[in-house]
Amino acid sequence: MTTPTTTPTPSTGSWRGVASEDQDELSDKVSGLLRVRSRRLLGDLLTPHRKAIALLTAVIVVSNAAGLAIPYLVKVGIDEGIPPMLRGTGPGTLLTVVGVILAAAVTQALTRQAFLTMSGRIGQDILLELRRRVFDHFQRLSLSFHEKYTSGRVISRLTSDIEAIAELLNSGFDGLVTAVLTMFGTAALLLVLDVHLGLVALIPLPLLLLFTRWFRRQSAIVYRRTRETVALVIVHFVESMTGIRAVQAFRREPRNQEIFKELNDDYRDANVRAMKLIAIFMPGIKLIGNVTVAGVLFYGGWLAFHGEVTVGVLTAFLLYLRGFYEPMQEISQFYNTLQSASAALEKLSGVLEEEPVVPEPREPTPLPAPRGTVRFEGVRFAYVEEMPILPGLDLTIPAGQSVALVGSTGAGKTTLAKLITRFYDPTAGRVLLDGVDLRSLDEATLRAAVVMVTQENFLFSGTVMDNITFGRPDATEREVREAARAIGAHEFISVLPDGYRTEVGKRGGRISAGQRQLVAFARAFLADPAVLILDEATSSLDVPSERLVQRALRTILSDRTALIIAHRLSTVEIADRVLVMERGEIVEDGPPGDLITASGRFADLHQAWQDSLS
Amino acid sequence: MPPDTRALRRPLLKNNSLWRLRPYLRPYVVRLVLIWLAAMVGIGASIALPLVGEQVVDGPVRDGDGGALLLLGSIALGLGVLEALLIFLRRWSQIKPVLGLETAIRDDVYAHLQRLPMSFHGDWQSGQMLSRITTDLSTIRRFTGFGMLFLVMNILQLIVVTALLLSKHWPLGLLVAASAVPIVMLSMRFEKRYIKISRQVQDEQGDLGTFVEESAIGIRTIKAFGRRRHVYESFDKAAVKVYDTSMDKVRLSARFFTFLEVIPNFTLALVLLVGALAVGQGQLTLGALFAFTTLVLQLVWPIASLGYILAMAQEAMTSADRVMEVMDMVPAITGGTGRIERPRGHLRFEGVGFRFPGADRPVLHDVWLEVRPGETVAVVGATGAGKTTLTALVPRLIDPTAGRVTIDGHDVRDLALPELRSVVATAFEEPTLFSMSVRENLTLGRQDTTEEELAGAIRTAQAMFVYDLPWGLDTRIGEQGLSLSGGQRQRLALARAVLSKPKILVLDDTLSALDVETEALVEKALREVLREATGIVVAHRASTVLLADRVALLADGAITHVGRHQDLLNEVPAYRALLAQDADLDPSEGALR
Ligand SMILES: Nc1ncnc2c1ncn2[C@@H]1O[C@H](COP(=O)(O)OP(=O)(O)OP(=O)(O)O)[C@@H](O)[C@H]1O
Ligand SMILES: Nc1ncnc2c1ncn2[C@@H]1O[C@H](COP(=O)(O)OP(=O)(O)OP(=O)(O)O)[C@@H](O)[C@H]1O
Ligand SMILES: [Mg+2]
Ligand SMILES: [Mg+2]
Repeated sequence: MTTPTTTPTPSTGSWRGVASEDQDELSDKVSGLLRVRSRRLLGDLLTPHRKAIALLTAVIVVSNAAGLAIPYLVKVGIDEGIPPMLRGTGPGTLLTVVGVILAAAVTQALTRQAFLTMSGRIGQDILLELRRRVFDHFQRLSLSFHEKYTSGRVISRLTSDIEAIAELLNSGFDGLVTAVLTMFGTAALLLVLDVHLGLVALIPLPLLLLFTRWFRRQSAIVYRRTRETVALVIVHFVESMTGIRAVQAFRREPRNQEIFKELNDDYRDANVRAMKLIAIFMPGIKLIGNVTVAGVLFYGGWLAFHGEVTVGVLTAFLLYLRGFYEPMQEISQFYNTLQSASAALEKLSGVLEEEPVVPEPREPTPLPAPRGTVRFEGVRFAYVEEMPILPGLDLTIPAGQSVALVGSTGAGKTTLAKLITRFYDPTAGRVLLDGVDLRSLDEATLRAAVVMVTQENFLFSGTVMDNITFGRPDATEREVREAARAIGAHEFISVLPDGYRTEVGKRGGRISAGQRQLVAFARAFLADPAVLILDEATSSLDVPSERLVQRALRTILSDRTALIIAHRLSTVEIADRVLVMERGEIVEDGPPGDLITASGRFADLHQAWQDSLS
Repeated sequence: MPPDTRALRRPLLKNNSLWRLRPYLRPYVVRLVLIWLAAMVGIGASIALPLVGEQVVDGPVRDGDGGALLLLGSIALGLGVLEALLIFLRRWSQIKPVLGLETAIRDDVYAHLQRLPMSFHGDWQSGQMLSRITTDLSTIRRFTGFGMLFLVMNILQLIVVTALLLSKHWPLGLLVAASAVPIVMLSMRFEKRYIKISRQVQDEQGDLGTFVEESAIGIRTIKAFGRRRHVYESFDKAAVKVYDTSMDKVRLSARFFTFLEVIPNFTLALVLLVGALAVGQGQLTLGALFAFTTLVLQLVWPIASLGYILAMAQEAMTSADRVMEVMDMVPAITGGTGRIERPRGHLRFEGVGFRFPGADRPVLHDVWLEVRPGETVAVVGATGAGKTTLTALVPRLIDPTAGRVTIDGHDVRDLALPELRSVVATAFEEPTLFSMSVRENLTLGRQDTTEEELAGAIRTAQAMFVYDLPWGLDTRIGEQGLSLSGGQRQRLALARAVLSKPKILVLDDTLSALDVETEALVEKALREVLREATGIVVAHRASTVLLADRVALLADGAITHVGRHQDLLNEVPAYRALLAQDADLDPSEGALR
């Protein structure tokens, strides 16, 4: 067996296999960088809401001022309102105070509702923006990225991570802001009420800050771990549900369960660590708060009975002190949502920083009427370094020519096709369309000119109609029917329960493999490109259907460049030219008739095919 | 019964999915009792603390009693430390049950999903399932973690404080108790609307997840057609829908939360007014009024936070509903108990019919076919004729709606599923590979395969390329094996099927992506394998058909002809039309002829 060329990254189980790199497994060293990056993203997201946030701050200050005033007013009520009554001078002062309390309560309520709605809106705006950005960015990123990142991770980023942030924005944000403001407000008030007592009450503050810092450091690590472990759970889950047919048919359920349990347990352990931190942090804060209350009670009582503070002041003090330490509880309560959200934000910002390796040109060359000349100039390509798939390719396909590409499996046929569609860029050399390097065409232009029916055709859930119009969203129903008719798909579609409106189900599972291929074909046909690439587009069709498709192709392809990859040489019949590919090189090139009579690779293949027919 | 579950019953009157999750907490009963005890005593301590304050104001301060002050201060300190300790105890012992609950449910949902048949998986997007095992479970975790506790503690605190107030000065206490009326009334109304809206948000998020999934898996197609914008717009529509519903939720809860805050403040003002009058009339001491207002102030937070907690409870219930919705799906295909002692692989379709749910016509009807042990039968039929459907009946990925399928005389429905599925192996028309090592992809976790068997299967499928991969058999092949070529993937799927040496081997058009030469090599090797096994080979090509001893022609949902390839070719025009490459080819058209 071959020895590994690179050191494998250790992974949780050998079943997973070895790959040269594992995304997401980041060392703690980069965590500083990550924080900067995610903070930048956060800033970026908040910027458009600057004004709203300023307004919000004003509103919340009013709301908190009103809220804070209430205990103070109670103190005033007791201190100033009651003595006149005891003296029999009437409840005037008291009534005023009560009136003010009511007014404060109403003010608080109104501002608070405004705050909740506004902050809710900002939160949702940010979420929407984040969803949009991340989704769009994923769609922009090149195939090579997706192949490594896997769809499971994409899903995890766009669901679980976004939700962690939503969690913060929905509840945590509100709680944090209120708590922080309450704390500062209270601290100020305490000092105003009585500097002496106030200072005593605030003595433990530095301790509190240290403690919080410790917690923040620890939890950053822990929550990053929870994001990572949950992503693994999701990846495994999605994959086993996607391949459930094979799972059940091959009795993989127990093994899958084992793996899932392992991942699930990892996720649990990460959560255990997070919760343990909180279990230490929360009571810690409470302890500091309570000890302070006792201290103030003692010291305040002593002062009061020496007549240095009034009973009212002491009362207010004790009330406010709760207001100072209680929010700390809340802050820590929401600190975990915050940490979990910032871990998620780190992941998302990582994705957003990812640059497409197949970038769009800064100044695209226009290509108003593509004719479809495809040229490969000294193209070399390798998916992984050291393993070149195309060692050096020179090839010209004149506009309008139909070229059949044959060769043994794994020769690099699909790879060549992917270079024409610019799923990848060549490692060296260039691919030209009508003399323009693909790298200087913008995506829309290129995609309008070149369309490929991939080997693994994918149907979206939705109707047959939806799937065909995917080729050209503005196509009319008639055009769709015509496209389907032209390639012989109309017949089966019209007998489906709802005709063109039949739901094809998840991944097209409600129609047969051959029917899926026909729909995929109709889709490409409708797109009407200058260059059409068919990668094994008829492999699952029966012979009569295949023949229908070929007949259609003959007319379609008369004025179009086509690259037809096929193993069944019957398809080659319609080609003007045949390329035989072996190990990434074109070994034969010529009109089919010539190649058959010559003695070469193609003649052999053809003979073998002939034999297989009898 | 642990107290927590009893507390649960109240909001569960309407809806009991959450209540049904209680067995998951059973292993933690002792801990739960401890947690709740800690919580109760903790509340006691936190209520006692201001009472000590009252004592200080009423006692030492007025009387100038320094010793009492010291004593009371120490009590306050002790209570404070105790409270913190209890919170620690509660939180620490909560970790295990809460996460244990979540983890166990997740394991179970996964196990259940793996049991559910293809008919379920054909309809349910993994996005919807995924949101259940992630979002919904963490919602439930959060609620059982602190929501539930706070709900009960808050309510208890309200009751205790109110009782205390009533005992201190009943008119004032009554006033405070009366303020609960609007709160309860409004909460109930809120509950109804909130439950609807939160379910809506959760479902819409599931849909969004589905969309994300499709666009991640279908990325090649999207790119091939350059439909980024189009896909983005659809995503955007779904995301905006989530946004709108979430905003409705925000507005609803903003109103409710605010209301919950304003009520206790109003109460406070009233208490002050009435209390001051009472003090004026000498019915209440100043210290008592102070304690009274302190206690009422203590009510503000529990009541205000009730909003959050009730919302959390609603969400947890909706989530539990969504989880139970999946758990309540009865697996339509469950194994029997039968075993075949020494399977020979005698396969019979006896009057088999199959209709997809909701379809107006059956795909298969009255299918009779016998495949004797060791024999290989090719199934030939047009695109969409029902070949895949027919083959899926054997390992019971679907069950016939009429007739039966038997192996060695046993109805497949009587056999235990693992037993049945070890007798039958299928190479599917679309190769499914998982993101794991080549070895694991082939063995799919069976430990009992030897290296020789592995090598043999790889040779049969002509998949020797795996040895050239960077880490040989240990190389992880990418998601769905996409870093392999189409033919390579198909050969791995084939190797997987032949690896287990099944008695019945089903090949569903498994050679379609191979070049002619490789195909010939694979066929040669397969012949060996098929000599030992009963085979069903779905084929579109004459070359593959030749693997079989007999051919069955599937047309119009039934097997119309069975016979040898050459005979059918000569006698049955429908068969000729399907298989003869040159049947009606105009010689002038075919450049190759
Ligand atoms: N994304 C990828 N990353 C790494 N290697 C790849 C990737 N895609 C394909 N390969 C490898 O490149 C080689 C050529 O693959 P390609 O898909 O071009 O073959 P092909 O000629 O289309 O074969 P087939 O007829 O089987 O479809 C194969 O050895 C394959 O394993
Ligand atoms: N889940 C489903 N729900 C409803 N109809 C279905 C479902 N799956 C398949 N069908 C229909 O049943 C028929 C038979 O499908 P099947 O996949 O068995 O065809 P097949 O003979 O294997 O075709 P192919 O050669 O294209 O693979 C098709 O017409 C298809 O549209
Ligand atoms: Mg290919
Ligand atoms: Mg099929």
